[in-house]
Amino acid sequence: MTAKAAGHDDEPGIAAGEAAAGTRPVAGARRAALGDPLVELLFRLGDDRLILGHRLSELTGHGPILEEDIATANMALDLIGQAASMLKLAGELEGKGRDEDALAYFRDAVQFRNCLLVEQPNGDFAQTMARQFLFDAYSVLLLDELSRASHAGIAAVAAKSLKEAKYHLRHSSEWVLRLGDGTDESHARMQRAIGALWRFTGELFVADEVEAAAAAKGAAVDLSGVQARWDTMVDDVLARATLRRPTDTAMQRGGRSGRHTEHLGHLLATMQIVARSHPGATW
Amino acid sequence: MLTTPRAWEVIGTVPDPEVPVISVVELGIVRDVAVDAEGAVAVTITPTYSGCPAMYEIEKDIRTALTEAGASSVTVRTVLSPAWTTDWIGPEAREKLRAYGIAPPGRAEQGGLITLTRARQPVTCPWCGSRDTELKSEFGSTACKAIHVCRACRQPFDEFKAL
Repeated sequence: MTAKAAGHDDEPGIAAGEAAAGTRPVAGARRAALGDPLVELLFRLGDDRLILGHRLSELTGHGPILEEDIATANMALDLIGQAASMLKLAGELEGKGRDEDALAYFRDAVQFRNCLLVEQPNGDFAQTMARQFLFDAYSVLLLDELSRASHAGIAAVAAKSLKEAKYHLRHSSEWVLRLGDGTDESHARMQRAIGALWRFTGELFVADEVEAAAAAKGAAVDLSGVQARWDTMVDDVLARATLRRPTDTAMQRGGRSGRHTEHLGHLLATMQIVARSHPGATW
Repeated sequence: MLTTPRAWEVIGTVPDPEVPVISVVELGIVRDVAVDAEGAVAVTITPTYSGCPAMYEIEKDIRTALTEAGASSVTVRTVLSPAWTTDWIGPEAREKLRAYGIAPPGRAEQGGLITLTRARQPVTCPWCGSRDTELKSEFGSTACKAIHVCRACRQPFDEFKAL
């Protein structure tokens, strides 16, 4: 094992010390498991897009109408392409010899850093597009900030992805408008979808030690600023779609530290089975 | 012995696999070409879209063309910055797209975030020249295209999206 030699200790002294003193080593373990904050940041960015891209790809050949079959397949392709660039860079910075394929196919659910929102099932089309809209608005604002990062590699991948994310946001926001301000049935479904997914939006804006440490290494993100702009953007679309913004929602979190909903494991089983059944296979 | 201008010419004969009427150079994805004293060629390319599946094909086609033209070795490097924009497609290539039945891209939005319900400029039909056209789908047969229909001549057509 070369983990210690590479400076990524999984059993850090601080946690061991706390454990010996009889306290739970949660804070220490989390801090020590952080490793390079830029790698951790790129896992978050890459995993969000890999998992959402995979979810959208589930609709390929199953879209509700031909245009949406094409649209979701195209968005899946963009997102998985972005994830590949981000995870490739993460692997290079990490320096353990893992490329984007190794990171996508040979990590387990607890090692994924995507937000809970993107792993939620497609549900009906309203839920697919509500999930897309809530994520796209966050994604555009976050990538816009990161495109100005002083870290050249992260700025490049963010600027590239931002152009595509804007197309996705236009598409998903138009569906929120059309379904929300549509028939009684479509309105009810979109309202239900927004209500069901809202609890997963709080996590997007929780700043932790990764943001602080990444800022010090040239990839600063002001998540509270992103949240303020996200609120304005989402409130505007919801109001025009005659939809109600949920209130008093207890927010769920955990994705950024590997604590996921049950849905991620099922998704990964499908996504990873070929690569794990035939390691190293090419075609 | 391959020279740098000759290497550019050779790569200029490599068509885009999905839009074969224009070359990869006209598409703007070839960012740099350098030939060293031993005839080894280093090519720098940038992807159109992050997930564009044609990039592997393009890299292979560039290698084949240069090797056949006498390159002693070919290395292809991919860069993401500056991000590709359709503004790099020149007027001649735009005319080739139009003649092929693809409406060329408008000007890419510079900076700023996004206006969600901006009034869109109508796209001119590449077949009959009418501006009475309708967007059918923001997404088309490839990542770079949208689908429109012309109300005048009733032909569906692709638009190369401004990016």
